[in-house]
Amino acid sequence: MIGFPWRLEKRAAASGWMRVAAPLIAAAAMLATGCVVFALLGKEPLNALNVFFVQPLNSLYGWGELLLKATPLALCALGLALGFSANVWNIGAEGQLILGAVCGGGVALFWSAALGEWALPVILLAGIGGGAAWAAIPAVLRTRFNTSEILVSLMLVYIAQLLLGFLLHGSWRDPEGYNFPQSQAFDERLILPVLLEGQRATIAFPLMLGLAALSWLFSTQLFAGYRMRVSGQAPAAAVYAGFGGSRNVWFALLISGGAAGLAGVCEVVGPIGRLQTDISPGYGFAAIIVAFVGRLHPLGIVLAALLMSLLYLGGESVQLGLQLPAAVTGLFQGLLLFYLLAADLFVDFRLRRAPPLDGRRA
Amino acid sequence: MNAPATQPQAAPRLVLRGITKRYPTVLANDAIDVRVGVGEIHAVMGENGAGKSTLVKIVYGVTRPDSGSIEWEGRPTIIENPAAARHLGIGMVFQHFALFETLSVAENIALALDERIAPAALAPRIRAVAERYGLPVDPGRLVHSMSVGERQRVEIVRCLLQSPKLLIMDEPTSVLTPQAVQQLFATLRRLAGEGMSILYISHKLDEIRTLCDSATVLRAGRVSGTARPREESAASLARLMVGDDLQEARLTLREPGEVSLQIKDYSMASDDPFGTALHHIDLTVRAGEIVGIAGVSGNGQKELLAALSGERIGAYAGAISLCGVRVDELGAAARRALGLGFVPEERLGRGAVPAMTLADNTLLTGSRAGMVRHGFIKHRVARQFARAIIDEFKVKCAGESSTAEQLSGGNLQKFILGREIRLAPRVLLAAQPTWGVDVGAALLIHQALIGLRDAGAAVLVISEELDELFAICDRIAVLTAGRLSAVQPRAALTVAAVGLLMAGGGLA
Repeated sequence: MIGFPWRLEKRAAASGWMRVAAPLIAAAAMLATGCVVFALLGKEPLNALNVFFVQPLNSLYGWGELLLKATPLALCALGLALGFSANVWNIGAEGQLILGAVCGGGVALFWSAALGEWALPVILLAGIGGGAAWAAIPAVLRTRFNTSEILVSLMLVYIAQLLLGFLLHGSWRDPEGYNFPQSQAFDERLILPVLLEGQRATIAFPLMLGLAALSWLFSTQLFAGYRMRVSGQAPAAAVYAGFGGSRNVWFALLISGGAAGLAGVCEVVGPIGRLQTDISPGYGFAAIIVAFVGRLHPLGIVLAALLMSLLYLGGESVQLGLQLPAAVTGLFQGLLLFYLLAADLFVDFRLRRAPPLDGRRA
Repeated sequence: MNAPATQPQAAPRLVLRGITKRYPTVLANDAIDVRVGVGEIHAVMGENGAGKSTLVKIVYGVTRPDSGSIEWEGRPTIIENPAAARHLGIGMVFQHFALFETLSVAENIALALDERIAPAALAPRIRAVAERYGLPVDPGRLVHSMSVGERQRVEIVRCLLQSPKLLIMDEPTSVLTPQAVQQLFATLRRLAGEGMSILYISHKLDEIRTLCDSATVLRAGRVSGTARPREESAASLARLMVGDDLQEARLTLREPGEVSLQIKDYSMASDDPFGTALHHIDLTVRAGEIVGIAGVSGNGQKELLAALSGERIGAYAGAISLCGVRVDELGAAARRALGLGFVPEERLGRGAVPAMTLADNTLLTGSRAGMVRHGFIKHRVARQFARAIIDEFKVKCAGESSTAEQLSGGNLQKFILGREIRLAPRVLLAAQPTWGVDVGAALLIHQALIGLRDAGAAVLVISEELDELFAICDRIAVLTAGRLSAVQPRAALTVAAVGLLMAGGGLA
């Protein structure tokens, strides 16, 4: 018989080693393919990789940018991962992020004077509340009417973007802003403090690390986290054990919406400093990749967010340094997810040489 | 014992020599020899996991052996795929039928044939074959309206249309009532009388002794012996199969206590269009007794269990009480808090989370037994609990860190049953407790259920295996088409009487 001499064979048990190795293999394959793409574009591959991955980190400012962009990615991904492991598929973190920015920004614009020194905490809480409220819409629809939270949360992203545009083209527009769709700049005391002078990363980064630790505690040490994992891995077992399904849906969506909202408000009271129509270069969507590359594990998510942040920085760097199009960032993101999904096959399967046949054909 | 099989006059129809098949974790078939003569009914018997299914898949071309040879009517042959097997003249009736419920009999058969024939053109041929072998089948009937026994007839007719020389029957009686089994045997004897060879896969000793001319016994992937079943006793066949003498579970007489589980005039519609509605179920189970519910699956077992466990609270009428408390509006967790234990039919994915460790799986229902405090998981307590289950119920595994999916079906069942029993339930529901479990584990499970009864718990067992129910139950009822017969003391019942009730006749 002529054929491919190797065949896929199911492993007796999922390979723990491969589970950890798959993201690394995917990253390596992404780099290799990236070299080919750069060569096809007529750029010297090694030089291009240098511009993409090394030059952005040549300065303190560059490292700050790395942490700055990793923060919203990781915040969104931490929340999403909780839901994903419980079979709740929130795809709309981008919209929840925008609503977090809108609610936090609204408090900053209109109530900061009245709130005095409590303004910043209230702004952050408003951001969390805005994101959670936006995520509550798919939660209601799913638990009440059995709609798909995937579609609802995704569609709400576009509504959130239009809502933000509506406000900034209308009543929230800065009267002295030459008609640009943006709000007034926030008062300086409402801006999150930076970690170090000479770079832009704020205290949102250590805040995110703290939340990552809490998320680890929740999913491994708390019974509520266990119930969510059971619902995700074996829904029939969750019903059998009496772990209510709708409680998990609510919890997962509120947590992931709140985390995305926090990411959004930290952007506007951080590096941006005002509300504007483009708050996020797709952090909420990229966070889906981050969650999976990070194996839905808090530590993995923090590392994956740093990698994804580097892809954003590298994409900007090759635009400036090599005059490549902005699509390069999306290309690398896509390659990473593509190779990860491929490498994940080998968590449960392995390649084996097909056994030789003996005996004769009739 | 070990008498040679009858030597047929011509070349034997099928000879397997040294068939070996290795899977990643297990040597499923190890140098197996089988010889089936013309017109012979040959049993391949063994416990679950002995390698019967793998061997059959090899003969039917679904799997290739790693080594060994197959001779078909005296010629060496490689069976590439099921189509090649059918071309040679091998037909197979699967344990789980592959029929489309929304199509008619003729349409189903037309889909399954290798040649393309319009269902209308097929109908007269179906009728002819059905008539000839006494297998009443109406080609125009829709499959969803047929009983399991009738569906099996459709499968047999489908095979017979291709006039096979060898018919493989994989555990054909597991879904049939005793009366339907007798009909099936008559058909098979008639086919054999016309020269067809039959490979009969089963672990039921009595059936093999009534039906089969010769038998190959498998144990742990090897041939442990060949026999002429009619000349053997059930005990000697069991010894070949298990490798050991077996002691049956015994029930000592005991006066039952107060009513622990009461179902009063309970009716519930099914949410599945092909499910079964429950009609006016009345049942009481007292402390210290085991009540059995017999019946072929699909007669409302699933729905009754979901209603009792609290997994499904649909539109219903009637009442369920647990230890004197009305529970019909309470969910599964609340009923468990009142002392309900439940061993579901599906072990992986319902009774246990496949990818989680045994320690984590004790948490699934055991969170009240000191494993959770202030919302935090006490991992150490859960691990100890899992270890205690593993020791007491002789669960074969690498330890409490093994995942549920790494255990064999029987060992996982022992673990789940052990978990529910160690949580000291006042009422235990057990669905098909020994389904797919080897004889040794089944015995341990029976003893554990009886032990729980003797400790004063009320036990409700739902099973398709009549032998099992007669071995361990104080009282037995039959569930047919969503209706429950009167519950009668075991001593007042015979297998034949229960069989009649299962077939739907003479509902009390």
